[in-house]
Amino acid sequence: MATRHDTAAPPAKEGGAAPGRPPADAVPEQERRRRARLSRRWQRDVRWSPYAFVSPFFLLFVAFGLFPLVYTGWASLHQVELTAPTDMNWVGLRNYTRIFDDDFFWNAAKNTLTIGIISTVPQLLMAMGIAHILNYKLRASTFYRVAMLAPYATSIAAASLVFVLLFGRDYGMINWALDFVGVDPVDWQGDKWPSQIAVSSIIIWRWTGYNALIYLAAMQAIPQDLYESAALDGANRWQQFFHVTLPSLRPTILFTVVVSTIGASQVFGEPLLFDANKGASGGAEHQFQTLGLYLYEQGWVNQHLGRASAIAWTMFLILIVIGIVNYVISRRLRASS
Amino acid sequence: MTTTVTPPETTPAKAAKRPRLPKSARAGGQLHGGPIAYAILILFTIVSLFPLVWTAIAASRDNQRLAQTPPPFWFGSNLFNNLEIAWKDANLGEAFFNTTLVAGISALTIVCLSTIAGFAFAKLRFKGRNALMLIVIGTMMVPPQLSVIPLYMMVAKLDWTDQLQAVIFPSLVSAFGVFFMRQYLIQALPDEIIEAARVDGASSWRVVWHVVFPTARPAMAVLGMLMFVQTWNDFLWPFLVLTQTGNPTVQVAVAGLGRGYTPDQSLIMAGALLGTLPLLLVFAIFGKQIVGGIMQGAVKG
Repeated sequence: MATRHDTAAPPAKEGGAAPGRPPADAVPEQERRRRARLSRRWQRDVRWSPYAFVSPFFLLFVAFGLFPLVYTGWASLHQVELTAPTDMNWVGLRNYTRIFDDDFFWNAAKNTLTIGIISTVPQLLMAMGIAHILNYKLRASTFYRVAMLAPYATSIAAASLVFVLLFGRDYGMINWALDFVGVDPVDWQGDKWPSQIAVSSIIIWRWTGYNALIYLAAMQAIPQDLYESAALDGANRWQQFFHVTLPSLRPTILFTVVVSTIGASQVFGEPLLFDANKGASGGAEHQFQTLGLYLYEQGWVNQHLGRASAIAWTMFLILIVIGIVNYVISRRLRASS
Repeated sequence: MTTTVTPPETTPAKAAKRPRLPKSARAGGQLHGGPIAYAILILFTIVSLFPLVWTAIAASRDNQRLAQTPPPFWFGSNLFNNLEIAWKDANLGEAFFNTTLVAGISALTIVCLSTIAGFAFAKLRFKGRNALMLIVIGTMMVPPQLSVIPLYMMVAKLDWTDQLQAVIFPSLVSAFGVFFMRQYLIQALPDEIIEAARVDGASSWRVVWHVVFPTARPAMAVLGMLMFVQTWNDFLWPFLVLTQTGNPTVQVAVAGLGRGYTPDQSLIMAGALLGTLPLLLVFAIFGKQIVGGIMQGAVKG
């Protein structure tokens, strides 16, 4: 697809080899030099402008993405306090041993995992089902798509505050509805599993429609004749879904799984604002404290930036492991198909 | 056992007919949705919209009414009163101005930088292009949370705490934006047009200005809206560097409402409503384009 600009015609001023022009040696010396200069500038432009075009992105990325990432690793080997962030004392791996010895770290890691699973799995499954339905011919299909994307427009802050009220123990809408069907009220903020489900529901609510649109886009790119030939071979609609739709969506599914996993690994605002005590502990018994929240608690509440950096790097390493696992699985899947 | 035997007279009749595609062959885009499909969609739409509507209902009530069962299902008379108090309490006027500024500058910069970088990746040939594109895609995988601590140190050192530039600078690039514009330009910009401009003697920058930008305008608009929404809703970083009293963004201000010690729920809901309303308006007007943009960014890896 790429255009080779260096093989494209030279600029008009240089003229090319148009017939009827005076021979080259008839051109005055001054004019010839001017053309040579233009030609050199032309070469330089073609050669270097691609780099000029991509460099702002990379410069900003290095300054605000890569450098901080590496520096976090460096800071994780030091004792750094929030009150004097420029004073760094080398402590080696002590920050890491400190957090690994901390029960709250493992608790937060476990919570991040469980919240990640109960928010990601139902979200992607529902998104898939809805995308499948949206792929039918429907009246007012644009309306459903826009309505489903409305939660995406709300912020973590606003959504979390609303869900706190909806999940209220005494006067919340959800417990009222449960009572209506004869279920005892649930302490959505105090108990471990209910609170994790409630936090996950904020995430599910905000992202299901978005993921459904991504799946829908991929479904619409599947050629119709695949379905037709499958049907002629006698596949019913379920078989078509499993043998045509799902295999075609494999790259998209992997993409959404990776993105959702990264998102789930850094859940922060939802549990922060869901806490009735307005603290960073993720509930009175840390029952829904995530790694993101634990990082914030260590860094900004307890003011140990070095230890917070160690948490950040541990999260990074976990993500790399997940990335490798994903890669291996996707290669296996590709090989088997 | 006898039921499995097909009556002999129907078989030739069937074979004589022109083979028709089974109904199931038309699944996947051609089949019309049945009542069950509509029921599921409508249910899901209600679940999607209900918390938003209920925010408005709660914002129109008073605190006492919200602490009663059953919860209110219809609007009360306190809406404008609550909105006014929330507006003042949470410093929302300033917050709106700040957030519009931050999101506007970020979105505009991201769109321009992504377009020229996306153009280079889509249409120009240069050494290291594929490797650099891989890096761009790789950066989409690095969570921003991991760089928060050094950024905070930088901001502290520069004395930018509570200053808007602390929020603006780290949000000026988007790997997704580069990827998005690349996908769009590969298809939307024919090579011949660039070549023609080249033959006419246009420099690379002139090509960008006179050919790429006009072609990319629809995608730029969509990307701009997506990035505006994202920056507007950004929470973690503004929460760390801005305080509620200093120079809050809308999200910091709204979160601050919820963290007061004597929370008045109807006021919190009024604040949440105010914080969400501008974006919902954008969605109501440009929803179709935004949906199209997200779907377009999703296909073809």
